[in-house]
Amino acid sequence: MTDSKYFTTTKKGEIFELKAELNSDKKEKKKEAVKKVIASMTVGKDVSALFPDVVNCMQTDNLELKKLVYLYLMNYAKSQPDMAIMAVNTFVKDCEDPNPLIRALAVRTMGCIRVDKITEYLCEPLRKCLKDEDPYVRKTAAVCVAKLHDINAQLVEDQGFLDTLKDLISDSNPMVVANAVAALSEIAESHPNSNLLDLNPQTINKLLTALNECTEWGQIFILDCLANYTPRDDRESQSICERVTPRLSHANSAVVLSAVKVLMKFMEMLPKDLDYYGTLLKKLAPPLVTLLSAEPELQYVALRNINLIVQRRYVLGDDLRRMFLYYSLVLGNSRLSPIKVMFTIAWYITVLAELKEYATEVDVDFVRKAVRAIGRCAIKVEQSAERCVSTLLDLIQTKVNYVVQEAIVVIKDIFRKYPNKYESVIGTLCENLDSLDEPEARAAMIWIVGEYAERIDNADELLESFLEGFHDESTQVQLQLLTAIVKLFLKKPTETQELVQQVLSLATQDSDNPDLRDRGYIYWRLLSTDPVAAKEVVLAEKPLISEETDLIEPTLLEELICHIGTLASVYHKPPSAFVEGSRGVQHKRLAGSSVESPDAGSAAGASEAPPAVIPSQGDLLGDLLNLDLTPPTTAGPPPPPSSGMQMGAMDLLGGGLDSLVGLLHNTTLLVSVQVWLPAMKAKGLEISGTFARRAGVIQMEMTLTNKAMSVMTDFAIQFNRNSFGLAPAGPLQVLSPLSPNQSIEVTLPLNTVGPVMKMDPLNNLQVAVKNNIDVFYFSCQYPISMLFVEDGKMERQVFLATWKDIPNDNESQFQIKDCHLNASSSKLQGSNIFTIAKRTVEGQDMLYQSMKLTNGIWLLAELRVQTGNPNYTVSTVLGLFMSWSHNTVVVLVLC
Amino acid sequence: MIHSLFLVNASGDIFLEKHWKSVVSRSVCDYFFEAQERATEPENVPPVISTPHHYLISVLRHRIYFVAVIQSEVPPLFVIEFLHRVVDTFQDYFGVCTEAAIKDNVVVVYELLEEMLDNGFPLATESNILKELIKPPTILRTMVNTITGSTNVGEQLPTGQLSVVPWRRTGVKYTNNEAYFDVVEEIDAIIDKSGSTITAEIQGVIDACVKLTGMPDLTLSFMNPRLLDDVSFHPCVRFKRWEAERILSFIPPDGNFRLLSYHVSSQNLVAIPVYVKHNITFREGSSQGRFDLTLGPKQTMGKAVESVLVSSQLPRGVLNASLNPSQGTYTFDPVTKLLTWDVGKINPQKLPSLKGTMSLQAGASKPDENPTINIQFKIQQMAISGLKVNRLDMYGEKYKPFKGIKYMTKAGKFQVRT
Repeated sequence: MTDSKYFTTTKKGEIFELKAELNSDKKEKKKEAVKKVIASMTVGKDVSALFPDVVNCMQTDNLELKKLVYLYLMNYAKSQPDMAIMAVNTFVKDCEDPNPLIRALAVRTMGCIRVDKITEYLCEPLRKCLKDEDPYVRKTAAVCVAKLHDINAQLVEDQGFLDTLKDLISDSNPMVVANAVAALSEIAESHPNSNLLDLNPQTINKLLTALNECTEWGQIFILDCLANYTPRDDRESQSICERVTPRLSHANSAVVLSAVKVLMKFMEMLPKDLDYYGTLLKKLAPPLVTLLSAEPELQYVALRNINLIVQRRYVLGDDLRRMFLYYSLVLGNSRLSPIKVMFTIAWYITVLAELKEYATEVDVDFVRKAVRAIGRCAIKVEQSAERCVSTLLDLIQTKVNYVVQEAIVVIKDIFRKYPNKYESVIGTLCENLDSLDEPEARAAMIWIVGEYAERIDNADELLESFLEGFHDESTQVQLQLLTAIVKLFLKKPTETQELVQQVLSLATQDSDNPDLRDRGYIYWRLLSTDPVAAKEVVLAEKPLISEETDLIEPTLLEELICHIGTLASVYHKPPSAFVEGSRGVQHKRLAGSSVESPDAGSAAGASEAPPAVIPSQGDLLGDLLNLDLTPPTTAGPPPPPSSGMQMGAMDLLGGGLDSLVGLLHNTTLLVSVQVWLPAMKAKGLEISGTFARRAGVIQMEMTLTNKAMSVMTDFAIQFNRNSFGLAPAGPLQVLSPLSPNQSIEVTLPLNTVGPVMKMDPLNNLQVAVKNNIDVFYFSCQYPISMLFVEDGKMERQVFLATWKDIPNDNESQFQIKDCHLNASSSKLQGSNIFTIAKRTVEGQDMLYQSMKLTNGIWLLAELRVQTGNPNYTVSTVLGLFMSWSHNTVVVLVLC
Repeated sequence: MIHSLFLVNASGDIFLEKHWKSVVSRSVCDYFFEAQERATEPENVPPVISTPHHYLISVLRHRIYFVAVIQSEVPPLFVIEFLHRVVDTFQDYFGVCTEAAIKDNVVVVYELLEEMLDNGFPLATESNILKELIKPPTILRTMVNTITGSTNVGEQLPTGQLSVVPWRRTGVKYTNNEAYFDVVEEIDAIIDKSGSTITAEIQGVIDACVKLTGMPDLTLSFMNPRLLDDVSFHPCVRFKRWEAERILSFIPPDGNFRLLSYHVSSQNLVAIPVYVKHNITFREGSSQGRFDLTLGPKQTMGKAVESVLVSSQLPRGVLNASLNPSQGTYTFDPVTKLLTWDVGKINPQKLPSLKGTMSLQAGASKPDENPTINIQFKIQQMAISGLKVNRLDMYGEKYKPFKGIKYMTKAGKFQVRT
C-alpha cells in the first residue's frame, strides 16, 4: 500500500469519483480521497473543481486530514476566492485552539492564502498569535507578517504589525528573534526607505545572544542582518567579530560564508596593526578552503566568493597552496569543469613559484595551463613581469619540448606588452628554434625574429631555414613568415633581396590559399611602387596589446564584499543590477573605507581639539606673544636675495624645481607644462597641460594634439573623485573637429564642489577624456598652491590663538638646505600666501604665514631664516589634516 | 526566500512540484532544461541559473534534480544546503531517495516539504523533529493505521522544536545504551618522482552512532587535541568549551550523526603510510618499455595496509603490457590504456611487486610523459594523523553506557608521480 495508487485512477470520470468519495460519510474514505486530490495536485493536475467538497472536509479533529485540506487550500484558494471565505471561520476557530501546533498551523496557512478578502479576517488572529504565550506560535506568526506584507503592504502598516515585529527582536526565545529578523529583512527589501531594521547596540547585543542559540537557518538570517550594521567604533566591531568567529566552525556552509561576510566587513574598521586583526585574518582562511572540499555546487559558489575575497584582502597565504594543489589533483576531472578556476592578480603573485613547480609536472595539459598563467601574470601585473620573464627563461632551459613552445608563445605577448624591455632574452629564444613543432609556437617565434630583425644577426638565416618547408607549414605560420621576411627586408634591404623574392613568389604563385596570396600581392605592390610607404605600413608602430581583466573595479568590489554569499557574489554584479523587486536597495559600502570629506572631518575636529599647550611648543608660544609685530603689508623682503633656488635633497612635487620658478610667474600661479597623456597611450591623442589660478578661478590649461591619422571629434572630460572635490565647471570647449597633426589649446575652468575622495598623493587628479575614438585615462598632479584662496589672511590674534590650539601632532618641522630665498611678501601674497608677522630674533628672521584652502582648511607656517645661512627651518601647522605631504607646503612657503 | 521546488527525473520530467508562496508556472523549468541540454554531462548543469524573473538553484542527487526557484537576493549556499537537507530527509524517511520512493510516498513528501519550509523560511529541518511531526512510513504502521484509523501525523508540538537542544527529542528510551564513534581519515597526497611529498593533507571525520536513554551530556577528550585546528562541528558541540579546554562537550542527537570534520594539512604532521619504488622507462628507438613497481608500508605503526588498489594511466603509445605480479591480479585495458593492479594486503615481509615490459607502437617516438600512479588503500585501527580519543564520559544520566571507538584510514586522492 503506497501512495502511488493515488496516481492510478486516471479514468475519465475521475473528478466525479473523487467528489463522491469526498462526500462520503466514512472518515477513512474521505481521507483517502483528499490524498488522491493532493497527489493529483503535486503533478500539476487541475483539481480546483473539487474546491467546495474539499473545504467541507476541513471541519475535522483529524490533524492529518486538516493538514491535507490546508495544503489544498493554499494551492487553490486564489482561483476560488468566494469559496475560500467558507474556510475563514474554521481558521479563526483554530487560532484559538488549546493546542499550539494547531494555532500555529492555522495562522501559517491563513497567511499562505493569497486572497484579499481573507486577509482582512486574518488581522485579529494574527495580532493575538504575535503575542501568544507559546514561542512556536510567535515564531510562526512573525513569518506570517512577511507573508501578509507581500499580499497587502498597506494593511500591514496600518495595523501596526511592523512595530510588533520589531518588538519581537527582543523576544526571549532565539528562534522567534531569528524569524522576526528574517521577516523584517524580507519586508525591508521591498521597502528601501523604511527604517525597519533599526539596529542599535542593544538590538545587536540581543541578536548576538540569539545567534548562539538558534538553528542554523536562524543564524544565517541573523548574520546577514548583522552585516548591515555599522559599528560605532573599532572596539564594538572587534567585540562583534569575536562573537561571530565561532560560526566559522559550523557544519553548514551557508552559515560559514555569512560569517565570513560579517567578518570581512567589520574587519575594515579594525586598526590593521592590532594583534587581533592578524589573528582574525588567519582564522578566515581555513574555513574558506574547507568549503572547497564540499559538494560541487557548494564549491562553485565558494570559489566565486573566494575570488572576491582574495581581491580585497590577502587572506589565503599558505592555504592558497592547499587550494591550488587540490585543483591540481582534480583539474582534469570533468565533474568540476563548470568551475573555471579563476586566477586573479592576488593569486598570480603568490603562486608564481608554485606555477613554476607545476610547469615541470607530467600532466602536459596542466603544464601548458601553468605556463600560460605565468604569461598572463606578466601581462597583468607589471611589477611581476620581470620575475615572470626570468621564470619563463628558466623553463626554456629545461628544454622540455612543450614547455619551451608554450613559453615562447607567451613571451611574444610579453614583448608586445612591454616593448623594449625584455628583448635581451631573444638570444635564448633563438637557441630553441629547432625544437618548435607546434604552429602557434613557430608563428610566435617567427614574429619575434621579424619584429626584432635588426637585433638578430642571423635573422635572415633563421627565417630562411623556416622557408624551406614553406608549403608544409600551417597557414598561420605561412602568413607570419611572409610578414616577417618583408619586415626583415625593409630593415636590411641589401642582404635579403633574394629571400623576399623567394617568399613572395612562394606566397603568390605556389599557394592556393587566398589569404596568403592576397597578402603576398599587397606586399609585392607596396614594395615595388613605394618602399617608403611600405615601410610605414609594415613597420608601423603597434598598439600595446590590451589585456582582458578579471579584476573587479574597487568600488564594485567593496559593494560585493558586503554581499558575500549572495547571488550578487556569484554573478559579480551589484544586486541592484539584476535582482527584481530590489529597486532602490541601498548600495552598501564598507564603512572603514568611505572617506569623509576632509573639511567636515576637520571642522568637527577643530572644535573638539583641546587647547593644550604642548611642551615643545612652549618657547615658540612665548616668542609669539612677545612678537614685535610688524604690519604684514610693510613686511620687507626676506634677506639674501639670490639667483637660482636649489632644493637639496628635498623630494618635491611632480613639477619639482620648475614648478617653483613657475610659481613666481606674473602673480598668477602656474606650473610648467607637462605631457599628461602621451599619444602612444591614447590612440594618437596627446594631451599636455598645466594648472593655474587666475583671478581667483582655478583653471586647467590643456593642449590637445591629434597625432593620429583620423579626425577627432566629440571631446568630453570628467574627473574622478579627488581630495579637494575639483570638478570641471563647464564642458570641454573643443568646438571644431581636430584634424590630424592639429593642436588646440583649451582652458577649462574648475570648481571645487565635486565629490571628495582622499587621493594618494593628496594632489593627484585622475582624469578621463573621451573622444569619438575611445575613452582615455590619465592622472596628473596639481600644485596645492592653486587651492589657496584670496581671503587666506588671518588676523594676528586669531593666528596666535589658532597656532596654540592646534595639537602638536599636526605640526611638522623640517629644514630646507642650501636654498636661497628671493621672493618677497607681495609675491607670496600673489600666490595667496600671507605673511602675518615677521621678526628678528638672534640673527634669525622669523616669518609667520597663513594660507587657506578651498575647502576651508587653514595652514599656518613659521619660517626661520638665518641671515647668511642658506638653511631654513620651517614649522608648519596644518588645520587637522594629518596626512598632508609637508613638502608641498614648504615649497609654497618658500616661493 | 525559496519560492518553489521542482523535482526533475533523469528523463527530464517534472514529477513533483511544491510552492511555498504564489504558484510559479512549471514553464520556468524550461530554462533549466536548456542549461541541461548545453551541459555535456548531467553533473555539469550550472548550480545557479538566472532567468528573466527568477533564479534556479539546482542540485543533482540520486539521479534527481532538485530545482529550487527563488525570486530575490538569497544566499545560494543557503538554498543549496537546504536542498541537501531535503535529500537527506527523504533518504532518512524512505531508505532511498529515488523517483519511485518519492512517488510512493507523495503525500508524506508533501507534508514533509510543508513542515520544512514556511513562506520560504526553513521551519524544521532536524530529522528527529520531523519524525515527531510526521512519522516515517513503515509497513507495520501502515497496517495499524488502516485498522485503527489513526494517522501518521503527530498531534503534539514536537518537544525539540523550541528547546535549547533542537537536535534531540525528549523521552528517548533504549534497553541497550550504546555510543559508538568512528574516526575516519582520508589522506590526499602527491608524491614526486624522488619520493618526497609535494603535498599531503588529511581530511577526517568523526561519525557517531549514539543510542542513549534520556538526556545524556557527553564529553569526549583527545590525547592530542592540538592536531585539530581546522574543524567544523555539529551544532550540538559547545564551542566555548572547545576553545577553552579542547574538549568536545555535547548533548548528542539521537542516532547517527557527524560529530565533527577536520583537516590536517601541515606537511610535517602528515605521515605517508605507503611508499612506492618505481622504475618506468621508455627508451628512444625501442618498442619496449620497462615497468617495475614495488609497494611497501611505512609509518603504519604495525597496522596492515589492506585493500590496496593501484591504477595508472599509461601513455597513449603503449600497446600492451606483459607484467608479472608477485601477488594479486592486474588488468590492462588496451583501449583506455588504464592499468589496474588489485594488490590486496601488503605483507611487510614480502613486498608486493609488479614487473615486466610494455610494448609500444612500432616506430612511435618515446612518450614524453611518464604515467602517474594512483593508489587506494585502507588501514584499520589507525588514524594516520595520530588522533586518539582519550576518554568519553557521560553526565546527566545514571546508567552505564557501552562505549566504542573505531579508527580507519583510507587513501583519498593519493598520487605518485614517476
